[in-house]
Amino acid sequence: MNDFDDNNSIGIVRTNKFVLSTPENIALDCGEKLSHIEVAYETYGSLNKDKSNAVLILHALSGDAHAAGFHSSEDKKPGWWDNMIGPGKCFDTRKYYVICSNFLGGCKGTTGSNSINPKTGKEYGMSFPVVSIKDMVKVQKELIDFLEIKKLLAVCGGSMGGMQALQWSVDYSDMAAGVIPIATTATLSPLSIALNEVGRKAIMNDPNWNNGNYYESIAPDAGLAVARMLGHITYLSDEAMRNKFGRRLQKNEEYRYDFEGEFQVESYLHHQGTSFTKRFDANTYLYVTKAMDYFDLSREYSSLEKAFETTRSRFLVIAFSSDWLFPPYQAKEIVKALRTCNKEVSYCELSSSYGHDAFLLEEKHQTLMISHFLMNLEEEYTSK
Amino acid sequence: MIAEFQKKYLKRKDLKIISGLVKENTSVLDLGCGDGSLLKKLKDEKHVIAKGVDISENNIMTCIVKGISVFQGNLDEGLMDYADHSFDYVILSQTLQVVHKPRMILNEALRVGKVAIVSIPNFGYWHIRTKLFFTGRMPRLKFLPFEWYDTPNIRLMTVKDFRGLCKKDNIIIENEAHISLDENKRDNWIMRKWPNIFAQASVFVITK
Repeated sequence: MNDFDDNNSIGIVRTNKFVLSTPENIALDCGEKLSHIEVAYETYGSLNKDKSNAVLILHALSGDAHAAGFHSSEDKKPGWWDNMIGPGKCFDTRKYYVICSNFLGGCKGTTGSNSINPKTGKEYGMSFPVVSIKDMVKVQKELIDFLEIKKLLAVCGGSMGGMQALQWSVDYSDMAAGVIPIATTATLSPLSIALNEVGRKAIMNDPNWNNGNYYESIAPDAGLAVARMLGHITYLSDEAMRNKFGRRLQKNEEYRYDFEGEFQVESYLHHQGTSFTKRFDANTYLYVTKAMDYFDLSREYSSLEKAFETTRSRFLVIAFSSDWLFPPYQAKEIVKALRTCNKEVSYCELSSSYGHDAFLLEEKHQTLMISHFLMNLEEEYTSK
Repeated sequence: MIAEFQKKYLKRKDLKIISGLVKENTSVLDLGCGDGSLLKKLKDEKHVIAKGVDISENNIMTCIVKGISVFQGNLDEGLMDYADHSFDYVILSQTLQVVHKPRMILNEALRVGKVAIVSIPNFGYWHIRTKLFFTGRMPRLKFLPFEWYDTPNIRLMTVKDFRGLCKKDNIIIENEAHISLDENKRDNWIMRKWPNIFAQASVFVITK
């Protein structure tokens, strides 16, 4: 059963494809260029006459362009942020034109390491250039230009999506009236880099990885599953795990004294790991985590304040109390820098026990704040 | 919740007095801005650039709903990221008595703001004095309805105490108003003449 009949669902949606006409104009941070870039994107709602109601949603590590609705009536699961996007929801598709695209280097339709390299006719694998958050945003800008949108009402994303939102505000300082970074950071902490590296090593140490050349043989699923298991732990919290699993056993009431993984938390992680390998590419995991590791908004400038100096956007920064992957102090650093250069910024730390995942789950309070933030932006936008 | 009740009750009159003191098209930072009523009023009526700080998640959400830029944080942690004199006014409306470091915050308010507007409850009010004297227990009044164990007020001061701190820290009192918090009671000359005994609350305009 799905909630396809839900009146608040956007219903059936489809993924569109956009091919960049001049991919050579995208100079990647690493110095390389791609000869072909295509972007998978979805849109919901309709663009109004003066094209002032567009909201760009930016997805996180394992997300994709499919943010809301269903691809078919048999679809069991809606898009990844369906609880926030749709008619009458936070990003109300009766009012806004909502856009979401798979980022550069992703494996869900946008050019990435599992795409075919036109020069060789084979998958890029590890010959794909290392892309950055900035590169992803450059490609997103091309999409927005293609859609003939001069100014976005807002850009919004959680986690790695929030990093892209911040990058937008810095690189295109006049392009978004509002910026909503959620559960995110302006610079990846050593803790996060360390966790990413363990995930990458799990993949690279899987013999099936074969230096990234596995597309014609067996994929390094065991490695990718371990990486995902580790990732999942970082998205939860101590409290969330105690509430969700406790010390409960999956089947028996007695201990089995073996290594089959009898605790519920173990089987949950195994399940998450295995199901992830069915929908995600191992090389992409390496590339995307690397893009995050390199993310440091202040690096190009002398400080975070300098980075934000020219932005004309208003900000709504949201963090979650139990998020230990990108803890509230990291959100506060963003806000402090914005306050120092006198930008319009609001900051709210929502109390939640869900950990980092809260940005996907805590829709009630996020909806309250974001929907009003968007309404206020609209008022200012249209009165200008 | 208790603190929120207190804010609402104590702030009703502040709203009128403080909004009367703020000039049009200025910038205002409200420290302990509560649900943002004052800032909203100032933004709508005086077209000020309005910013607030509050510690409560609920208040922050209410402010954001109202379209006010707010920061959820603890004032005791300071205002370091605000530049000197970056606001025309910094407002401390019924805030000083609930923070741990009122002296630091008062001085920071005058660093960040060109002018500070401070309102305080006057614990030297005669009714408080007599209640404590005759009953021997911590006084509870209509405008201070708390038990000692659940009161948000942790730094109790009188009008004289506040003036004393201003003198000590070379703070200039430019203007002051002494009021009753009772909606129906009009402020009178007795309050102005002997505020330390007869005022329930006071508003000070201060500079440095």
